[in-house]
Amino acid sequence: MKSWPALISGILFGLGLTLSGMSDPAKVLGFLNVTGAWVPDLIFVMGGAVVVTLVLTPLVLKRTAPLLASTFSLPTKQIVDRRLVGGAVLFGIGWGLSGYCPGPGLVSLLYGYQTTLVFCLAMFAGMFLESRISR
Amino acid sequence: MNTYLLPLTGGVLLGLAAIWLLFSLGRVAGISGIAWGALSGPDRGWRWLFLLGLLCGGAVTHNLVGHPIPTESNAPLWLIACSGLLVGVGTRMGGGCTSGHGVCGLGRQSPRSLLATIIFMGLGILTVFVMQNVMGRLL
Repeated sequence: MKSWPALISGILFGLGLTLSGMSDPAKVLGFLNVTGAWVPDLIFVMGGAVVVTLVLTPLVLKRTAPLLASTFSLPTKQIVDRRLVGGAVLFGIGWGLSGYCPGPGLVSLLYGYQTTLVFCLAMFAGMFLESRISR
Repeated sequence: MNTYLLPLTGGVLLGLAAIWLLFSLGRVAGISGIAWGALSGPDRGWRWLFLLGLLCGGAVTHNLVGHPIPTESNAPLWLIACSGLLVGVGTRMGGGCTSGHGVCGLGRQSPRSLLATIIFMGLGILTVFVMQNVMGRLL
């Protein structure tokens, strides 16, 4: 499989995260702070992104295969289970504690902040832990 | 300049990034999955390239476009560590994060992703509320 298109996708994603304000934890926390001094910016980030994917995803999936790979690799799970709900609960709490989710956390490594490094190391530790527990 | 123009532009770029990855390689642009797969999975090559691109994109924003670098979080390190740990465990258990469930999953009209997005947004809001009103941590 060719992999260079992933570099382009990553660049667009990195541009999107940083231009939109997602890599600013204060802005993200301000957005989640709906009962306080609410910062509405991220509605436009999510809105802009989801409108694009809602409109274009069905068109892409009409094709029999991706441009440079043999098949679409999409999640096959359909049922709602405890892992989905429990995982989303834990992730939501973690997100609300710092204002970092995985993408903004990783791109913020660029800034050389101690907090970002600690976040990313802890995140990978959590992923590793989960892979051990769930086996 | 309209204050919502940059967030909107950034959001559209995130959507286009996801669509391009789906169109070219047939893959979901979920960052938690890509990051974990880069360390543990088969097919690591495209994942590392994606992550490299992510950093390049951020560097373009701040170095070439000249967009200001956000200030560092003032949260104590132990809180940041708890946050990272929960995000790591939660995203693997729930099969995605803001990008995989939020941007890609909603675009695919996946009921699982819609539910996950509602739950993590709700818990994020609740957590900030509790931190602020019960723990007295001002934003």
